[in-house]
Amino acid sequence: MSIQTPEAPTTLPPAAPLDTANRSRRSVFVRRPFFTIALIVAVAYLVAAIFAPQVAPFDPVQQDFNVMMQPPTAAHLFGTDSYGQDILSRVIYGARFALIIGIFAVLIGAAGGLVIGLAAGLSGGGSEWALMRLIDAILALPSLILAVAFIAILGQGVDKVVIAVGLSMIGPFARTVRGDVLQVRVQLFIEAAQLMSIPYLRVVWRHVLPNVIFPLAVQVTIRISEAILVSSSLSFLGIGVTPPTPDWGLMIAEGRDFVSFAPWMSAMPGFALALLLIALTIVGDGIREEFDPKLRKDP
Amino acid sequence: MLLQALGKIAQTLVVLFFVSVASFGLLKLAPGDPIQIMLGSEYSQESYDSLKTELGLDQPFLVQYADWAGRFIQGDWGTSYVARAEIFTYAFKEALPVTLTLASFSLAFAILIGVPLGVLSAVKKDTIFDAGSAVLALTGTAFPSFLLGILLIWFFAVKLQLFPVMGYVSPWENFWLGIYHMILPGLTLSTYFIAMITRLTRATLIEVMEQPYITAARARGEPSWRVVWVHGVRNIAMPLVTILGLQLGVLLQGTVLTETVFNLPGIGQMLTSAVLGREYLVMQAGVMMTAALFIGVNLLVDLSYPFLDPRLRARK
Repeated sequence: MSIQTPEAPTTLPPAAPLDTANRSRRSVFVRRPFFTIALIVAVAYLVAAIFAPQVAPFDPVQQDFNVMMQPPTAAHLFGTDSYGQDILSRVIYGARFALIIGIFAVLIGAAGGLVIGLAAGLSGGGSEWALMRLIDAILALPSLILAVAFIAILGQGVDKVVIAVGLSMIGPFARTVRGDVLQVRVQLFIEAAQLMSIPYLRVVWRHVLPNVIFPLAVQVTIRISEAILVSSSLSFLGIGVTPPTPDWGLMIAEGRDFVSFAPWMSAMPGFALALLLIALTIVGDGIREEFDPKLRKDP
Repeated sequence: MLLQALGKIAQTLVVLFFVSVASFGLLKLAPGDPIQIMLGSEYSQESYDSLKTELGLDQPFLVQYADWAGRFIQGDWGTSYVARAEIFTYAFKEALPVTLTLASFSLAFAILIGVPLGVLSAVKKDTIFDAGSAVLALTGTAFPSFLLGILLIWFFAVKLQLFPVMGYVSPWENFWLGIYHMILPGLTLSTYFIAMITRLTRATLIEVMEQPYITAARARGEPSWRVVWVHGVRNIAMPLVTILGLQLGVLLQGTVLTETVFNLPGIGQMLTSAVLGREYLVMQAGVMMTAALFIGVNLLVDLSYPFLDPRLRARK
């Protein structure tokens, strides 16, 4: 046994059996009302992020020193910050940065994890052992601390944050991919393909990869919220995205100094972030429960 | 069993080796030429070369690594220019105690609140209480801790003025004042764990309660509190310890954020200020300490199973 990698059982079916026939399947959206609400919230964020210039009432970086640190009013629904910038507009533009960073970082992590996980799962023997210890080593550092280390090398900025957060997420992805590969590797159809003397790389490409990609895609949707949390944590620590970018973590950090008399400065972007994270968690849980055969309640 | 334990320890050492190579590589990858930084803007090629030889930077990577690792193990971690102190003393005597105090406080909070909540939701399964604690648990796992910290400061420290806004007092020097300063940070950091432990306890206990030995205990006429809290809860220990070990990383990265929110001078602040001040030696020390802590605790978790579950003790 390794430190934290449970060895995958070798007898599980590789993918979810499609049991549409024997189950009266009502729509997912009816069966899971919370999932539906959370999905609507997440989609609303996405729409706000895409159409930010149309939705936001003000320019997010336009400073107006006449209206500094105003509590929420009719003109500025979420109030204004210490530079007189409209917080609502900054929150809406912030959704853009949060989602861009979250999605691209997860894709980087998934791609890296796929490569390492495939290599570890397929190689076997000494190199597999070494690769697993490498994954253990990556996993020994929490993603935020890894991201901080990468930021120390790369420097600050939106693109750097995407890379740093993406690299820091490789470990968990690699572990799940490797687990899935171990399950697929022993299946009969792999043996059959090899007996037909199909070239090894082709077996990997046509038979192993498709069975690994799908669970990986599920993982990607689940981990977007983690990527967003880590990236906004970096900004909150003051080492991620640089001002005056309307980033939620940055806005929360700026408001921290004024919490005694202008609590909305932290609270508004904070609740925007919290609501998105909660919605994404519910969506992720729903997707996992729908698609992960191990979590199905009805066999 | 001894052999198994030795195998695990060996594996741990290999992982630690990988981490140390990586964090040494961090120093090599860091932007800027260390010799140029040391010499300033004007220097001759000769003094550059001689300093390079003196520092051993002309040696191959592995030789440099071995040299560094030797010094690192001996506690020679270099000097921090911002803190004006030996990094080793600074990290161990000042930063680490703060982080460990914070971490143990939140862990204590999490277990003291999370386990009872989980047990109650399992016993009152499918009631309003259960649903309510499920919603709380979900919110707790997803809610960003640094925001929660700020909200707690705003409400309890600014509005109600019950607790100090920030700052650190060592509980080893002034016990009650130290605890007083730790309540808000501890609560902030523990929320995620309270939620996680509640979910885990509920799920595990529901399974445990269907086991034959629970039925047997009931059949013997033991009072139901004893069945739940003695026979049931005892069996939660193992999954709980496993998860806590694996989630230690979350706890460690949580301390980074919580320390920033409450201005506690721990490892987290050390790391953040190291990034801002471009102090790569301090970065390296922080990364190594975090990893060693995580790896060490998980080794302990692995080794503790036979003590927690008699069924896992090897039979002779």
